[in-house]
Amino acid sequence: MKRVVIALAMAGAATILATPAAAATLDDVKARGVLNCGVNGQLPGFGMPNPQGVWTGLDVDLCRAIATAIFDDPTKVKFVPLTAKDRFTALQSGDIDVLIRNTTWTLSRDTQLGLNAAGVNYYDGQGFLVPKSLKVNSALELNDAAVCVQQGTTTELNLTDYFRTNKMRLKTVTFATLDEALKAYDTGRCDAFTADASALYSVRPRLSKPDEQVVLPEIISKEPLGPYVRQGDDQWFNIVRWVLFAMLNAEELNVTQANVDEQAKSQNPEVKRLLGTEGNFGEQLGLTKDWANRIIKQVGNYGEVFERNLGEGSPLKIARGLNSLWTKGGLQYAPPIR
Amino acid sequence: MTERFDRAPPRISPFRDPRFRSIAFQVALCVLIGLAIYGAVWNAAANLARANIATGFAFWDHTAGFDISQTLIPYRADVSTYGRAFLVGLLNTLLVAVLGIVLATILGFVIGISQLSNNFLVSRLAAAYVELIRNIPLLLQLLFWYNAVLKTLPSIRESAVLPGGSYLNNRGLFLPRPEFHGLDAVVIALAVGILAALAFSYLLRPRLKRLSRATGAAVTAMLVVVPPLAAYFAVGASVAFDYPQMGRFNIRGGIEILPEFFALLVGLVIYTAAFIAEAVRAGLMAVPKGQTEAAYALGLRRGATLKLVVIPQAMRVIIPPLTNQYLNLTKNSSLAVAIGYPDLVQVFAGTVLNNTGQAVEVIALTMAVYLVISLATSLLMNWYNARMALVER
Repeated sequence: MKRVVIALAMAGAATILATPAAAATLDDVKARGVLNCGVNGQLPGFGMPNPQGVWTGLDVDLCRAIATAIFDDPTKVKFVPLTAKDRFTALQSGDIDVLIRNTTWTLSRDTQLGLNAAGVNYYDGQGFLVPKSLKVNSALELNDAAVCVQQGTTTELNLTDYFRTNKMRLKTVTFATLDEALKAYDTGRCDAFTADASALYSVRPRLSKPDEQVVLPEIISKEPLGPYVRQGDDQWFNIVRWVLFAMLNAEELNVTQANVDEQAKSQNPEVKRLLGTEGNFGEQLGLTKDWANRIIKQVGNYGEVFERNLGEGSPLKIARGLNSLWTKGGLQYAPPIR
Repeated sequence: MTERFDRAPPRISPFRDPRFRSIAFQVALCVLIGLAIYGAVWNAAANLARANIATGFAFWDHTAGFDISQTLIPYRADVSTYGRAFLVGLLNTLLVAVLGIVLATILGFVIGISQLSNNFLVSRLAAAYVELIRNIPLLLQLLFWYNAVLKTLPSIRESAVLPGGSYLNNRGLFLPRPEFHGLDAVVIALAVGILAALAFSYLLRPRLKRLSRATGAAVTAMLVVVPPLAAYFAVGASVAFDYPQMGRFNIRGGIEILPEFFALLVGLVIYTAAFIAEAVRAGLMAVPKGQTEAAYALGLRRGATLKLVVIPQAMRVIIPPLTNQYLNLTKNSSLAVAIGYPDLVQVFAGTVLNNTGQAVEVIALTMAVYLVISLATSLLMNWYNARMALVER
């Protein structure tokens, strides 16, 4: 009896006292020696292990860039594959340090969830995939169609909005993962499959008849995808956001994986500030002077990472489009390092 | 004499008094448990507030904005609230749980009794069923059934047309929906009939004993069936059917039975029936052999022996594990999330949680709902168990 009481008392006291240590994420990551990065796990081009078991993708490489900025070692990342449904809880609870899982930046996610989007690494929009045999040329012809969709995504809400706005009737079939939704679509459970356009292109090869599919021309939403961090740790927020900006600035200044050592001797003040040969911008972030140099040398600039994972260097061959630099007619624009 | 009463009773420390001690310990324990719970709640609230995560149930009345594939009550994405979505999910869970329990019980009893059959083939087949089914994880079985349903049924454009204007394809089974006119009159008549039947059996109980059982049952059945039928004919005997119609993409109208629902129900029933069969077998084997032999000696046939002698005694052993299986089935129905059936977990702990981000509230409420369902099931089964228990005189 006495022992039980003492044990309970201790448990009670422990519960009351045990508030998790306040958030200095950078210190936690350094102490742990590895960055916990929440990624997709099923989406080629963004986050998925390749057949050799090596993680690849645009999101995955941003994780590596952050790890490289901290540890000078792109392998010091633990990739945590998450479903759309579980991703925010994983970040809120501290299971992961940063969430880079083709996640759309919205107002309510910035407010209600206690999280903050730290930038946009891919400008996307929602589209529809239908079998060619249906002879549908526009999403507006989908009245009364059954649509397979992944649960817990902005996609699910946009879909309902779009059909409602256009006074069309809809039957949704929701699944916990993109894979399950895709499989159901493949067996004919639905007439159409909807997801971000990039995801449609990236999963199409996995269907039983990829050539019999067509992506409809309508893009029905804005989907700015980017990394998310917890609120209340501005230093960590800055690191994540500026790692992305450094990669974008590197592309703009033509600093590449191949020429970064040469560029380090450049007299261009912008390049000098980026690569840390002038000023102490890395140290202001809580990192080292050569933080961006490390990222570009070991991971590459934004353009290189894009081409490798999504563009011409990949099986997906997605055009840069909106994701071109602002100097080339796209939306990717990074504030200056100074 | 007086001397004894004058002397003050010996003073003992209250801590040496076993009664006081036990009460004190219990009070202390309650206080500590209360403190621990309070601490956990306070801790969670403080941490949520510090992390700027929204708390409370204000989201309950916000518009849901997402669609649900199976709704037993009216639900519209543009006007219905998260609270309504919760109800839709709960009803979907209850539907599959109740149907699953009924069907699993029937199948389980059949298999369980077959296991003890004297027919070698039947008993071996039943045993093989139990061993195969209960040793494969339920999730795999659900995925198997879902894929089996989707892959074997024809596509929507090659729908199998069934008699009576029904369609079957891999989007589901589409049946004509009967539409009664004057349905309220029929419902009222049915309620009156049931009340009359209850009153009849209660008031005439002493006399009923003399009447044969069959007569009593017949009168009760008449009381329940005749008034609604009379009301139905009185209001004009009109039933219209809403027939499913083939549209551009999908079948419209009628009653729609989703393949997700079907796969989940079949998976749960087949899986749970294996466990119920074992409980039934154990129950039947617990009845002493002498009972069967005595029944045979009295000239009862095999079927009558089973029905009148063995099963009533076996029920006492069967009911407690049966309750367990009912609870398991209800809880296992949450695996629906894997095959896209919109149950409580999929709708509420899935989409609603994700859209509101309020994991603590949503998960706590979901757990509370399962707890209430389970406790209610247990209560009902305990009551049934008490009724079936051996009354010793």
